[in-house]
Amino acid sequence: MPLPAMLAKPAQHKGAMHMNIARRQFLTVATAAAGGLAMGITVPQTASAAGAAPEIGIWLTIAPDDTITVRIARSEMGQGTLTGLAQLVCDELDGNWAKVKAEYVTPEANLASKRAWGPMSTGGSQGIRGSVVYVRKGGAAARAMLIQAAATQWNVPVAECSASDSVITHSSGKSLRYGEVADAASKLPVPAEVPVKDPKAWKIIGKGVKRLDTVEKLNGSLVFAIDVAVPGMLNAAIMACPVPGGKLKSFDGSKIKSMAGVRHVVAVGDDAVAVVADKFYQAKTALARLPIRWDEGANSNVNSADIAELLKTGLSATDGLGTGQKIGDFEAAFAGAAKKIEADYATPFLNHAALEPMNCTAMFTADRIEIWVGTQNGDAALAAASEACGLPLAAVKVHKHHLGGGFGRKGQQDVVRQAVQIAKQVPGVPVKLIWSREEDMRHGFNRPVSMARMRAGLDANGDLVALHARVSGQSIFAYLIPNGVKDGADPVTFQGWTKDELGYNAIPNLLIDYAMRNTHVPVGFWRGVNTNQNAVYMECFIDEIAHAAGRDPLELRRKLLAKAPKQLAVLNAAAAQIGWDKPAPPGVFRGICQNVGFGAYTAAAAEVSVSKDGVLKIHRIAAATDPGYAVNPDQIKAQVEGSFAYGLSAALYSEITIENGRIAESNFDSYPVLRMEDMPNVETVIVPSGGFWGGVGEPTIAVAAPAVLNAIFAATGKRIRTLPLRYADLKPA
Amino acid sequence: MVKISVNGTMHDVDAPPDTPVLWVLREWLGMTGTKFGCGIAQCGACSIHIDGQVTRSCMLPLGQVGNAKITTIEGLSPTAAHPVQKAWLDLEVPQCGYCQSGQIMAAVSLLKQNPKPSDADIDAAMSNICRCGTYPRIKAAIHAAAGNAGKAGAA
Repeated sequence: MPLPAMLAKPAQHKGAMHMNIARRQFLTVATAAAGGLAMGITVPQTASAAGAAPEIGIWLTIAPDDTITVRIARSEMGQGTLTGLAQLVCDELDGNWAKVKAEYVTPEANLASKRAWGPMSTGGSQGIRGSVVYVRKGGAAARAMLIQAAATQWNVPVAECSASDSVITHSSGKSLRYGEVADAASKLPVPAEVPVKDPKAWKIIGKGVKRLDTVEKLNGSLVFAIDVAVPGMLNAAIMACPVPGGKLKSFDGSKIKSMAGVRHVVAVGDDAVAVVADKFYQAKTALARLPIRWDEGANSNVNSADIAELLKTGLSATDGLGTGQKIGDFEAAFAGAAKKIEADYATPFLNHAALEPMNCTAMFTADRIEIWVGTQNGDAALAAASEACGLPLAAVKVHKHHLGGGFGRKGQQDVVRQAVQIAKQVPGVPVKLIWSREEDMRHGFNRPVSMARMRAGLDANGDLVALHARVSGQSIFAYLIPNGVKDGADPVTFQGWTKDELGYNAIPNLLIDYAMRNTHVPVGFWRGVNTNQNAVYMECFIDEIAHAAGRDPLELRRKLLAKAPKQLAVLNAAAAQIGWDKPAPPGVFRGICQNVGFGAYTAAAAEVSVSKDGVLKIHRIAAATDPGYAVNPDQIKAQVEGSFAYGLSAALYSEITIENGRIAESNFDSYPVLRMEDMPNVETVIVPSGGFWGGVGEPTIAVAAPAVLNAIFAATGKRIRTLPLRYADLKPA
Repeated sequence: MVKISVNGTMHDVDAPPDTPVLWVLREWLGMTGTKFGCGIAQCGACSIHIDGQVTRSCMLPLGQVGNAKITTIEGLSPTAAHPVQKAWLDLEVPQCGYCQSGQIMAAVSLLKQNPKPSDADIDAAMSNICRCGTYPRIKAAIHAAAGNAGKAGAA
């Protein structure tokens, strides 16, 4: 079948978006550089209201009653970073954890201080590991200032003073609480260089302390951005051209102007229209009746089958490839192999489906733009608001709210731009823009569609001597950050497979390459990013190799990981937890896998059964993770558990398909996700080897699917190579 | 005007009778603890009680409420002192928290009808979506709230 011409080249429709992103990237780079210089030196302190608790450096305040308020620059979306960061600061502070609270740094304060608080971007599992150096120094600096203030008051040498649990004690036995010297300490210079603790001295880091943000999630009082109520606020519902890249041609607002509550019907950018009403429900109801005409552009005849054909061309392509790793000579070794194994895999586009739909509230006046938003990147939200209305960066005020799920989707600022564009057309009136679930699903930044052709050669002894992984799929960077694409690949194409990550370094002939095949469908960073697909391809195929070679899948991995001790350790921990060396219960079968991503090592083993009718039951998961240092083991456990819900939703159920250029799925009826009844017990083993700071929120997603898929093969003899597996017939062969 | 009882208080609501109760709560009464997730009764974020029975409010028309008593998360216990809320706190159930109002309302309703639910009972009753994946802790917290010794924390 001939391919539609537009599929053969990258999408051309995003000129405006590219411009915005290019500017944002510049801004990010420029301010990051400045932020690095600013670190550790005194910066203009944020305006404190009279009577507010004294600031001890920039990272915390301490009130007279010893309440410690730790400033948090990253975003909290459930992953527990807010609590973890507060632990890092409080431990170095030698503060009393029972008196700790947290508050967000505002993006405008970060801008004004040349990013004194570092990047606000919360993605790539960087929340803790990307902040750890400077937030610990911030806590340690405040500790030094408090001790100095006490020593000065007592007129004794600092060396005679110590601190613990927010109390400074002199060698004579006298003591002062932090709250008693906070005001004096706040007037001292912030020391530029302070030592941080040896990990052995940690008291709060490494403890599974309770989250700081739970109670308000139990009684409905936590105000997510979607819950914001600004006096005089109107509400907006929006619809963008259903075909990504298409434009708004026209609409007839007169048809709905008389409907209850409707105030305005406005074009938003060049591709969307919004109804502004007293209530969101009214806006949504009126929008459904609004006559709209779209210019759907060149992609309105594209279907998933076309995209699949496009990707298949990449599986056998011989030029235009990006190379991940090349060791030895794969083709020669494969040609001479005693046994050859080949398999093709496919994974679909996926929506993030955070439960809080995209939303943003904005108020525009001639010299000011104010927004309320749950964003994974406060700095970028500020920049996007500025761009969208033309006011300078300094005119923007951002109210950051906790996110009702993010998963990478809310690092994109499209909804901020839309809200600001709407607000600009209703000056002086705050407008809350909420996306319907349908809008959210049809205008995602999807996990890229991808296929892989895996090939392996065994020698006469059954040893793996040649391995080739060819991925064909869409590039996230080609869509979002085109200048990040280099030599046919992007910086996340080979996640998990880079020289520093892939543990299978005992394979003498290894080739990993990539055929970029871009479509018009927007793609983005989906929790775990490309580690997810890559791990399915690699870890299921290693399982195939083991079975072809007559080896135990665990033993083969152990052999291949002989020179990768951290991988081996998590693999062995998962195997031990599942009881690999003992038989599984009757009718229950096991699969195992491992991966490296986001600076952490993960492994999982699954126990499943498949009924005669082909019904899958996942009984147990044993998951091991080595994030280096484990800041809060209970929150790590929560992230590991949750990773299986997210990863198995993708493996079992979810898929975004394209019909006539549009996203066909619209809500949780057509885009099912994992629910309680399918959730396995997850037994988490944390094996922190220390000496490094790895990610937690994302690395485990990658091992969810392959562990279960390999167990399904053990149970049924069926190798599922195309996801989601809800379409697969699992009846035992 | 439609009269409804919410958390023990009568309200006159100036909304058409086909308005879903979710939006009446959130936009007419300003009670935002009940969440919008899907609008088609799939996700359960909007779960409330109608005379003690868990109901998805996003497809429940205002005009159908009649004399029934609505309870929302705000009416369960403002200090989060309900046994289910306490179990949620003890076991650190929430991650992002967005679905938890609905999860808690569903759990309270389940325990009212079935004070000692089994795992299978919980699986059957708790169909609300949590994208963060707090399901194992929700299950453990329901067991804890039910006083199912040895079950809590097993997940």
